[in-house]
Amino acid sequence: MSGIYFMVQQVNKAMKPISHQNIQKKADGLFRYLTALCALVVLALMVGIFWALLSNSQLAIRRFGFRFLVSQAWNPVTQEFGAASSIYGTLVSTAIALILAVPLSLAIAIFLVELAPPALGRVAGYGIELLAAIPSIIFGMWGLFVFAPFMADHVQPALNKTLGFLPFFQGPPMGIGMLTAGIILALMILPFISAVARDVFRMVPPVLKESAYGLGSTNWEVTHKVTISYGLRGLLGATFLGLGRAIGETMAVTFVIGNDHTISKSLFAAGNSIASTLANEFAEASEPLYLSALVKLGLVLFVITILIQIVAQLWLKRIGKSLGGGGL
Amino acid sequence: MIIRSATPRKLADLGVKIMSSLAALLGIAILAWILYEVIKRGSASLNWSFFTRLPTPPGLRGGGVANAILGTSMITLLATLAGVPTGLLAGVYLAEFGQSTRLGAAVRFTSNVMMGIPSIIVGLFAYTLLVLPWHHFSGFAGAAALAIIMLPIVARTTEDMLRLVPNALRESALALGSPRWKATLGVVFRAAKTGLITGVLLAIARVSGETAPLLFTALNSPYWPGSLNQPTANLTVTIFNYAMSPYPDWQEIAWGASLLIMIAVLALTVVARFALKEVKK
Repeated sequence: MSGIYFMVQQVNKAMKPISHQNIQKKADGLFRYLTALCALVVLALMVGIFWALLSNSQLAIRRFGFRFLVSQAWNPVTQEFGAASSIYGTLVSTAIALILAVPLSLAIAIFLVELAPPALGRVAGYGIELLAAIPSIIFGMWGLFVFAPFMADHVQPALNKTLGFLPFFQGPPMGIGMLTAGIILALMILPFISAVARDVFRMVPPVLKESAYGLGSTNWEVTHKVTISYGLRGLLGATFLGLGRAIGETMAVTFVIGNDHTISKSLFAAGNSIASTLANEFAEASEPLYLSALVKLGLVLFVITILIQIVAQLWLKRIGKSLGGGGL
Repeated sequence: MIIRSATPRKLADLGVKIMSSLAALLGIAILAWILYEVIKRGSASLNWSFFTRLPTPPGLRGGGVANAILGTSMITLLATLAGVPTGLLAGVYLAEFGQSTRLGAAVRFTSNVMMGIPSIIVGLFAYTLLVLPWHHFSGFAGAAALAIIMLPIVARTTEDMLRLVPNALRESALALGSPRWKATLGVVFRAAKTGLITGVLLAIARVSGETAPLLFTALNSPYWPGSLNQPTANLTVTIFNYAMSPYPDWQEIAWGASLLIMIAVLALTVVARFALKEVKK
C-alpha cells in the first residue's frame, strides 16, 4: 500500500510543473470554498435575524422588561405596550387550528393510504397538496368576504344555540373573530399535517398490516392498532410542523381575526395575534418606542417558532432514523 | 369459548371509513370553494385597463394594477437572481462536500428550521437591515426578504435532487480527468436538471404569493416602479390594502389581483409537481 502511495506522490510531484493541473486544483479549491460560503450564508442569516430583532427591540426591553409579556396594555398614545393579548390570541387561534386539523388530517391520510383506490387517492392527494399552495393572502380574502359571512349566518348561530351555555360560544355572531381565524388556520395547515401523516403511514411495514388482516381484523382495527400506533411518534412530529406553521401565519389571520387588543372569553369576539398585530400596526409605528415594541413582539414570535422548529426537526430526524426511512 | 359478534366491529369500521372519506371530501370541497369564489369574483374585474392602467382613486372607474404587476415581477425576479444561485451552491455544498461535515449538518438543520420561520419575521429582519438605516421603503428590501425565504428552500431541494444522481456518474466524470467543479456543474447538474428546476419553481411559487414580508419593505405605491430604490407597487400588498378598504370597486380590483396571483402560483406549482413526478420515476 505504502508503495503505491509513494508512487502516486512521485507522479504528483512530477505533474506539479504542469501549470494547467495547478490551475484546475486551485479552481476546485475555489469552487469548494464558494459553495461552503453560500452554505454559511444560511447560518449567518439565522444569527443575523436573531441579532437584528434583539438589538432593535432594546428600547422596549429596557422600558418594559418581562412585564411586556403579561401586560394587556396597548396604547400608542400613552406609549404603554404589552403583548398579553397578542400572545393569548396567537395561542388560542393556534390551539383551535390544531384541535380541528389534527384529527381531520389523520382521517385524510387514512383515506389516502388505506381506503381510496389508487387512482382516486392520487387525485384526492393532489387536491390536498394544491390547498397548501394557495397563498395565505387568498385564504384571507376568501375568509373575509366568503367564509366570515358564512360563519355569521350559519355556524355561529348554530353553535350559540347548541353550545351557548359555554362562555366560548356567546356573543354576537359577527363572523370575524378568534374562531373564524382558528378554522381558517386549520384549513391552511391541514395539507402539511396530512402529507407527513401519509408518509408515516406508508412507512409502516406491510407485513405488520398483513398479519393483522390475517388474524381477521377489520380495516379500522388494522389502522388504529397497527398503523397509528406504529406511526404515533411520526404523527406527533407532523403535529409539531403544523403548530409551527399556524403560530406564525400572518395574512389569513390578519384579515379575519378582528384586530382588537382585548382578551375575551368568547371565541366569537375579535382578538389579535402577534403576526396580525405586526402586519396591521407596522405602518403606523412612528415613535421609536412603538416600533421597538413591535420588533420585540416579533422577537417573541421568533423565539417561539424557533423552539418549535428545533423540537420538530430533532424529533423527525430521530424517527426517520429509527424507522429506517428517508421519507421524512 | 366466547364468540363475539362481528357486527359492532364492522360498524365501527364502516363508521371510520365514512368519516375519513368525508374528511378527504371536505379538503377537496374547501379547495373547490376557494377556487370557485376567486375565479367568479376575480374574473369580473379582469379587463384591458386592469392590466394596462395605473390605480385610480376610489370612485373613479377604469383603474388598473399594471404598476403592481410590473413591480411584483421585478421584485420576484430580483429575489430569484439573488436567492437561487446562492441556494444552488449551498445545496451543492450540502450534497457534494458537506455530507458528513459539521458545517454540513449545521447548515442542513438550520435550513430546515429556517423554512419554518414565519415570513413576517423575515420581513421584519429586512426592515431593520435595509429600510431603517436608509429611512425609506424600497423594492430592494422586498426582494432581499423574498430571497432570504427562497434560500433554504432551494438549498434543501438542490441537496435532495443531487443525492438522487448516481455516484457512478460523478466518478466517471472525475476519472476522465474533469475537475470537480466541472463535473458538478456540467455532469451532475445536467443529470439533476429537472429536479433542480422543480426546486426553483416551487421556491418562486412560494414567494410570489407572499405579502407579509413586503408590507414592511417594498410597501406599495400608486406610481410606476421607476427604480427599486423606492417604495414599489406589488400585487399582494395591493390586495391587502384594497380588500381592507371600504370601497367596493377597490375590493373588486383586489379580487382580480387575487385571481392573477392564484393562477400564477398554482400554475408554477402544478408544473413543478409534474416535473418532480418525472424525476421520482
